[in-house]
Amino acid sequence: MLIDTFLFNFGQYVLLLKTAVAKPERFSMYYKETVRQMDAIGVGSVFIVILISMFIGMVTAVQFADQLGDSFVPTYYIGYIVRDITIIEMAPTITCLVLAGKVGSNLAAEIGGMRQKEHIDAMEIMGVNTAAYLIMPKLVAAVFVIPLLVAISAFVSIIGGYVATVWPGTLSHTEYVLGLRSYFVPRYVFMMFVKASVFAFLLTSVSCYLGYYVKGGSIELGEASTNAVVVSNVLILLFDFIIALLLT
Amino acid sequence: MIRTINIEKSFGDNQVLKGITTEFYDGRPNLIIGASGAGKTVLLKLLIGLFTPTSGQVMYDDINIFDLNKKELRQIRMTIGMLFQGNALFDSMTVGENIQFPMDMFTRRTLKEKRMRVDQCLEMVNMEGINNRYPSEVSGGMQKRVGIARAMVLEPKYLFCDEPNSGLDPQTSILIDELICDLTIRNNITTVINTHDMNSVMGIGDNILLMKNGHVAWRGDKSQVLESDNETLEDFIFASPFLRRLREDALKLRHGE
Repeated sequence: MLIDTFLFNFGQYVLLLKTAVAKPERFSMYYKETVRQMDAIGVGSVFIVILISMFIGMVTAVQFADQLGDSFVPTYYIGYIVRDITIIEMAPTITCLVLAGKVGSNLAAEIGGMRQKEHIDAMEIMGVNTAAYLIMPKLVAAVFVIPLLVAISAFVSIIGGYVATVWPGTLSHTEYVLGLRSYFVPRYVFMMFVKASVFAFLLTSVSCYLGYYVKGGSIELGEASTNAVVVSNVLILLFDFIIALLLT
Repeated sequence: MIRTINIEKSFGDNQVLKGITTEFYDGRPNLIIGASGAGKTVLLKLLIGLFTPTSGQVMYDDINIFDLNKKELRQIRMTIGMLFQGNALFDSMTVGENIQFPMDMFTRRTLKEKRMRVDQCLEMVNMEGINNRYPSEVSGGMQKRVGIARAMVLEPKYLFCDEPNSGLDPQTSILIDELICDLTIRNNITTVINTHDMNSVMGIGDNILLMKNGHVAWRGDKSQVLESDNETLEDFIFASPFLRRLREDALKLRHGE
């Protein structure tokens, strides 16, 4: 039964995505919608991303400073560890988990609401490819904007680490910067952007899918919105592991 | 003209439509009436291709829409206008933007031309000057008119109205009916109206299809309603004792008693 449901939903998801990547009826309309979504997803999420990233960087730095405190490991390693943990894992994964909650639930509710108010039917009858018009701009916007948010998150996290360790005097400015500049592997930045793009695609497409096929009333819409967050989060963690296996 | 040929539709074990064969004519309002659960909405959604039938055909002139691929179906749909029961106006757009939306999507008209056409459509439904208001800022009756204006903006060959009078007072209902009837005759379009409203039946019912339990229980026009001895029609239209008395009086008058 569980396998049946999974296969049905997976098939329907793939078919929806296939329909969504069709040639736009009017390019300017899709462009306008993409820009609107970039604003909603990107600009609308900058504050929460900065806030969370700052604390992630601060907590990471403080925890490692504590653990390395009595060891022979040089203190400048704190900067190095904060940088790599942030770039490889924290910035893409935590940011996308948070965005799955904020953006994913919002997308599922927006599209689901349109389904319930017959807006999608109205567009279908006009001849609009609703899967393409409602999903493609969101996907393009998310895959373009979320990696930028993740880059901001990594930058702010590293600043957070600095604030939490250099300002109280746990280590000096020179030590922290030395740590940041030590053993840098550019591939990790590439990995961060790969993760960010894949997670962006997953959280957007899954949320749109769950909203697009919502049935029933407000309870079902609430469920779709919750499921969008839960399924996106699980998929983000699963693909985090897969990408880690493939790229390390 | 739209024809349905032996349309059947089931949802699981529940057969909602049981072989509907009928015709909807150009240039006059075609009404689908019947009690709740009779299958009216399912039939309407089949006519516009939102549902696929279990068996049977829906012919737009000589084209069975279920033989078409998605792209061809979209071409047909561009000739369709639809007024939804809940209007389905996009909340985030103004009235003007709502009406302009199909033109933005499917035409290469300039902004000036599109705005002129929006004004023309609003004038057609007697709603001039509300372009910049949002749907939530206008009354239910006005929303219906805006819905009609949006449905008419690309000059459709077919117009579908799902419960156009629901939630409206009797006077506004009559105005909406007259508007739909007028547009249908003036533009010679095929209009299919799904309704419960008895005023509509007696006012604009030029081709009435009464449905019961997924079957066509009666077919005729408004002039035949009074005289018909069809039990389902009597039960449905003259449901209250007051309407039954009214009918008896009308029949006596007609026969000069």
